[in-house]
Parts: sequence; C-alpha cells; structure tokens
Amino acid sequence: MSVPMVHARGVRKHFGHLEVLKGIDLDVQPGEVVVILGPSGSGKSTFLRCVNHLETVDGGAIFVDGELIGFEASGGKVRHLRKREITRQRREIGMVFQQFNLFPHFTVLQNVMEAPVGVRGAPREQARERAHALLRRVGLEDKAGSYPRQLSGGQQQRVAIARALAMRPKLMLFDEPTSALDPELVGEVLATMKGLAEDGLTMIVVTHEIGFAREVADRVVFMDGGVVVEAGTPADVLDNPSSPRTQAFLSRVL
Amino acid sequence: MKELPEIDVAGAARTRHPLRWVASLVLLVLAAQLVSLLVTNPNFQWDVVGRYVNAQIIGQGIMTTLLLTVIAMFVGVVLGVLLAVGRISENPVARAACGLYVWFFRGTPVLVQLVLWYNLSYLLPEISFGIPFGPEFVSADTNVLITPLLAAILGLGLNEGAYMAEIIRGGLMSVDPGQTEAASALGMSGARTFRRIVLPQAMRFIIPPTGSQVISMLKATSLVSVIALADLLYTVQSIYNRTFQTIPLLIVACVWYLVITSILYVGQSFIERHYARGATRNQPQGFWSFVTSFRRRPMPTPEVPS
Ligand SMILES: Nc1ncnc2c1ncn2[C@@H]1O[C@H](COP(=O)(O)OP(=O)(O)OP(=O)(O)O)[C@@H](O)[C@H]1O
Ligand SMILES: [Mg+2]
Repeated sequence: MSVPMVHARGVRKHFGHLEVLKGIDLDVQPGEVVVILGPSGSGKSTFLRCVNHLETVDGGAIFVDGELIGFEASGGKVRHLRKREITRQRREIGMVFQQFNLFPHFTVLQNVMEAPVGVRGAPREQARERAHALLRRVGLEDKAGSYPRQLSGGQQQRVAIARALAMRPKLMLFDEPTSALDPELVGEVLATMKGLAEDGLTMIVVTHEIGFAREVADRVVFMDGGVVVEAGTPADVLDNPSSPRTQAFLSRVL
Repeated sequence: MKELPEIDVAGAARTRHPLRWVASLVLLVLAAQLVSLLVTNPNFQWDVVGRYVNAQIIGQGIMTTLLLTVIAMFVGVVLGVLLAVGRISENPVARAACGLYVWFFRGTPVLVQLVLWYNLSYLLPEISFGIPFGPEFVSADTNVLITPLLAAILGLGLNEGAYMAEIIRGGLMSVDPGQTEAASALGMSGARTFRRIVLPQAMRFIIPPTGSQVISMLKATSLVSVIALADLLYTVQSIYNRTFQTIPLLIVACVWYLVITSILYVGQSFIERHYARGATRNQPQGFWSFVTSFRRRPMPTPEVPS
C-alpha cells in the first residue's frame, strides 16, 4: 500500500487545563475525501489546524505525505522544527476557512497570485495565467479585478478555494466552508468542492452538510469530546451508526 | 373598519427651523465683526506682515522647520514601528523594554527632553563606542557631537517614537487575526505576512492619527527656539526682538504654519484614499478621477455587486 497522505496517531492537544484532543487516529489515502462530523466544541477545527501546524500538537504525531509535521525526529530525539521549515511544510497543504479570510486590500486576482509569486517565486505572467484559469474553474473569471468586499459570501469562498489551489497543495483542509453563508449560496461552494473531489484532490472537510458527506465523501468520521467515535463509509456512519452518540448527533442535524 | 383618507405626500411643505436662522444670523454678525476688526485695527500692521511674509530670512526659517519636521517624523515612525513590533512580540524582555520606553518618553515633557539632549555634555562629557564594559574604539567630545540640530532631532524624534509606537500598535491590533492565519496557511513567512498583509491593512487606522502627529510635530518644532535653532518661530522672534513689531511678525509665522498645515492636510487625504483600497464596497476614487471630476461631473453609478 502507498504512503497515506495523512497519518495521524494519538494526536493530543490541550489549551490550559482543557483537553481538546484526546488521542486522534486518522489515515487519509491519496485522493480520498474524508468528512469530519461532530458537535460544536468536539475539537474538529483544532484537529484540522494541527494538520498544518497552525496549532502545535502536544502528543502523538501527524505525518503528511510521509513527512512529520512541525517536528523533526533524528537519532531517537524529537525536536521542534524552525519557523522556516514549518512555513515550507504549510505550502503543501491548502486551507479554507469558515470566514474566508481573503486579503481585502488585494483584488481577487492579487489574492490568488500573492502566494505563488511571493512564496514560490513563480514568474508573474505565468502566475497570472494560472490565477485566471483557477478563477475560471471556480466560475469567477469576470471578478478578477474586484475587491473581496464587493463579492457575495459564496463568491468570496470560491476565491478562497482558488487562492489555496494556486499553491498546488497535495492536501486541502476545509473548516466549515459553508457555515458563514446564506442557505442559497451554500450550493455553489459545495459544487466547487465536489468538482475538486472528482479531480482526485485529497480533502479533509469539516462540515455540517450531511448531504455533501453522503454524496462526496469516501469516508465519514464522527468526532465527539476529542476522540474519533466512529468512522466508515457514508452509508455505515450516516445510515447505520453503531454508537449512540453518533445516533443522537445525527437525529439532531438530519 | 375606519376609512383611511386618500393622501399623497409628494410636495409636502418643509418643516421650518427658525432657530437655525437665528444661529446663522448670530454667526454672520460675529464673522463680520471679526473681519472689520482685522481690517480696521491699525495695530495688526498688515503692511509689516506683507513686507515680511515672503522675506528671504523667513524662508530659511521655514526650511529649517520643514527639515526638522521631516527628519524627526522619520525617526519617530521608524522607531515607532520597531517599538510597536517589540510590544506585541513573544519575547517578554522586548515587550517590557519597549513598554518602558513608551512610558518614559510619553510621560515627560518634550521641552525637558530637548533641553536634556542639548545639555547632554553635563551628564556625559564624552561619548565613545566600543565593547560594553570593555575597550573603546572611538570617542568624541559630546559638545562637538551634539549640535543644536542633532539635539532637536533626538529630542523630537525619540519622543515622537513613543507616540507613533502606540498608534502603530493600535493599527496592527485592529487587523483581523484571521489574516495572519490565512497568510501562514499559504506558507508565507512572518516578515512577508507583516509587510504584505498586516501593515497595509493597519495603515488605514495608522494614517489619520499620524496626520495629526505630523501637524503636532510641525508646531512642536517651534520648541527648538529654546536651544537656539533658527526655525520659523525663532527667526520671527529674533526679528521682533530688534524691531518690536511682535504682533505682525507672529502673524507672519502663523500664516506660514497654516499654509504648511493645509498642504499636509490635502496630502493626508490622498494617502488615506490609497490605503482605503477594498475597504468598502465602492471603489475609492483615484487621484485623476478626483481632479477631472470638477470638469466632467459624471452621474454617479452605484456599484452593485452581482
Ligand atoms: N486557542 C484556544 N484557546 C483555548 N481554548 C480553545 C482554543 N481553541 C479552541 N479552544 C477550545 O477547544 C474546544 C474545541 O474547539 P474546536 O474549535 O476545535 O471545536 P469544533 O469542533 O471545531 O467546534 P465548532 O463546530 O463549534 O467549530 C472548544 O471548547 C474551544 O473552546
Ligand atoms: Mg470549528
């Protein structure tokens, strides 16, 4: 079997005395789409943020494409990576936030071009062409010259997806990408994400959109209280949940 | 059910505001009195004002004032950025040191600081560079090193740094932390995130108070007359000490301070426009469309996000 894209073992994280992750195990294969479900405060965002080291894990380990995230192990010793190394690791992992977090002082095009040009050193012309292509892919080519605040929420989130894709990530993390959107705008973002899944991108998606999980996910993971309660195919977890906690959660959101 | 009368509010009579009329009248009378006082009172000596207002020696004073404002402000801004970054850094020693600096330089009168720098030789007769507590490489007589100009730059610049630090810190903190996170997630370095993402957005909050600081600085430079630096105020003082035309010469100084302030004000509004990019749903008006709008006056077309 090939190296998993994400390999998380016993991931622990606490904020002060609050233990948020109590040993998370999760493997994601290349090209797989994993949807994480769970009640508010169960640690879904925290886990996602550990994967690209926006949060430092306190125990266990996370590997992305075979590389230990945030740490370096050599000669039986483990030490924290330097900032520069962490920055390099993050370039391979795209992230889409609930609040979009587009750069409001840049145009849509500049938002998409900023990282490839400034971080990867891509030639401007090439980056511009690719940015236009990505914007076409998310259906926003005509908005290249607009500023983010001139767009609707759904359009902003699609730009945020294009911005993340511009770095050609091996892995994309989505943290409730549609939770800040009006109901009629959710569909356009989910459709864009479905397109990415069909193209074979490896994705971890935290969402409350059960329909999306059922239709697009290869695997659904249910988290509660900082542990993975149940994981399996959408049919197993959504239609035949074995744990009473999953059943209780699903009866509330369905 | 009661029948409601058929009414059209188009063409309704306007509400009258008699108090507004009274207030406007009072202000107009006061303004007329002020103008007549300025024109008819011979003690203003407008002929003297006219004679000195573009005299060459005044011009030199203005140059000194402007030079000092620019240099001291530059020192203040550079120092302010460093202090602000220090105050929000993760290093507790840097945080404390920068906080202490701000506390001291904001807490003591700038006039005292100026005089202290000017009289530094009483405290340190010699200034030398070398390894701390070790050998010295070069040393110089403080009196030679600290000219009035340098004392003025140090006094005003170091003081300004403390104020700018607070302004810049406030601006940096007003930027959504999500911006830094998004930049980190894209793999941007801390320095690049600061330069490209955080600082440009903070500028919107930094520019307006900084504009006030520049104007304050312009006037604060007049304090350097106490250390015998020939700025605008010192120059007019030295003239009226000879000619006793105190009032007209002070008017000359005020006229020039007002002229410079007005220019600064216009400059500030253009800088504000630049950093307002993307801040609102409507595109900020550019410089040329602003200038040409006086001629063309196009109908405003509201920007409708689709
Ligand atoms: N930086 C932090 N400092 C302290 N506590 C935190 C921090 N971040 C998260 N927490 C806490 O950790 C717990 C898990 O938070 P997390 O955001 O991971 O939950 P979540 O599953 O994403 O919930 P939601 O569905 O509401 O987004 C919460 O109790 C939260 O208050
Ligand atoms: Mg969350």
